[in-house]
Amino acid sequence: MTAALPRADVAPVASAKRRRRAPGWLAVLPLLVFTAIAFGLPAVAIVDGAFTVKDATTGAAGYTGANLTASLQGPYLTALLGSVKLSAVSAVLGVLLGLPLAQAVAGSRSRALREAVLTASGVLANFGGVPLAFAFVATLGNAGVLTMHLGLKDSGWNLYSFWGLVLVYLYFLIPLMVLTITPALDGLRTQWREAALNNGATGAQYWRHVALPVLAPSLLGGLVLLFGSAFAAYATAAAMVGSAVPLVTLQIADALSGNVLVGQENVALALSLDMVLVAGLVMAVYLPLQRRSARWLDA
Amino acid sequence: MARRLTLWRWVVLGLAALYFLVPLAASVIFTVDVPGHGVTFDAYSRILSTEGFVSSLLLSLELAVATIAVVLLLMVPAVVALRLGAPRLRPVVEVVCSLPLVVPPIAFVAGIVNVLKWGPEHLSRTPLFQTFTAIQDEDFPVVLVLAYVVMALPFVYRALDAGLRAVDVRTLVEAARSCGAGWPQALLRAVLPNLRGALMNAAFLTLALVLGEFTVAQLLGFRPFAVWIYNIGGSQAQMSVAVSVLSLLVTWALLLALAGAGGGRARTASSRG
Repeated sequence: MTAALPRADVAPVASAKRRRRAPGWLAVLPLLVFTAIAFGLPAVAIVDGAFTVKDATTGAAGYTGANLTASLQGPYLTALLGSVKLSAVSAVLGVLLGLPLAQAVAGSRSRALREAVLTASGVLANFGGVPLAFAFVATLGNAGVLTMHLGLKDSGWNLYSFWGLVLVYLYFLIPLMVLTITPALDGLRTQWREAALNNGATGAQYWRHVALPVLAPSLLGGLVLLFGSAFAAYATAAAMVGSAVPLVTLQIADALSGNVLVGQENVALALSLDMVLVAGLVMAVYLPLQRRSARWLDA
Repeated sequence: MARRLTLWRWVVLGLAALYFLVPLAASVIFTVDVPGHGVTFDAYSRILSTEGFVSSLLLSLELAVATIAVVLLLMVPAVVALRLGAPRLRPVVEVVCSLPLVVPPIAFVAGIVNVLKWGPEHLSRTPLFQTFTAIQDEDFPVVLVLAYVVMALPFVYRALDAGLRAVDVRTLVEAARSCGAGWPQALLRAVLPNLRGALMNAAFLTLALVLGEFTVAQLLGFRPFAVWIYNIGGSQAQMSVAVSVLSLLVTWALLLALAGAGGGRARTASSRG
């Protein structure tokens, strides 16, 4: 702004323009500088490290694809696939279970119920991490209240397993789904249903031919969002299963703590890069879908 | 037909309530009904005197306050500027604020660990090395604040953007300016009061994120609240569950207050999972 002042007498129009724009740049600049340092440096470090291998004897560093290759082999590949499988199963179940719950709420005429469920969903979707893991350990773990009282152990129940993790992940994924899909369900006009029923459609036909196609982008978007959320989850798994279930997040943590073979110190970064690629793919699918469903529902 | 629909709805809601309430109820039972001791509230009464509780909670709260201050100082001018004079920067800011979503916390911390290694490896003879040591101070790890600010960006951006959508910033500022207010005055006394709800929203979400954050803190070797809960989990199962229940209740109270105060709904703050 001050920089524009001396020229004011020469080019009043340009100066007026500049006066408007200068504060804009200046106000956004700190944010950009901050993210360049606090986010940019670690991001560069991931990419740089993922392609660097240090020679154990000479200490010289060189660029190579060896880390990435290693991160897609053996136990690392198992972990990556384990994470993808866990996230996919949890996300699909989250969508299948979250949709009826959201529909039960959206279709209800009770405002209080609706507000209560949506607020609770907002809270529960945020409830992840260590406390969630411990709550489930206290409930269904080896010495958990339900395990003891119902004698689940004899029937072969084990919380520290793939399906145990799915059960726990659903605790924050279902509320996330309810939050994501409720606006879309609200966008379904009652007239569409009435029109379908008047034309002789059954309830099932209405869902099959009208509601689900309209909801499809939102459902798919929700699925992708849930997948990403489960894929990135670390604290719950770390506090609950340790390393009983192979997951990429646990592998990265393990490698960061120094439990790797000589020459593979940077495999953690290669695995991180793998994760970023998957997460990037997720966002690349999610954002257009979200925009698309938003357009549908606004129209 | 209508009755069947209602019945179906109650079955769904009932099952959901069961799934979401049983772990909470069981956790409470787990903490008060100790095998061999009968019903006791020992786990709760011992919390305050347990080593590390107060210090880790204080550390988490300090980190939260610092994070909220930094993220708001960075974001508020930026989003206001987007409305006022720099709409062309909107895509830039949007992308910058979405980037943290693409990098999961565990990958982010792997990058941070690597950056912190540069200090001793390459910079040990430069003044920058002091900076590297300073931001990893045990008593107040600035590096965590930096990480949390980045992780909070997407949620803070969405909260502030939603709040600004309801406010005609341009008119407000022009009115304030033509009444003789300077830029800082116009922002502080005309725009910010109208954003109170959005600011509260952003602050609460950030607070919930920082209080529950585990991944980055643990892998960088610091001990804020969530890491402390994790650490006592091995030796004192009852108490770790008791603290989990309490921390959950506190988070709920915060987010419910947010839902009440902001009028809006709590958005999901993170994938802390």
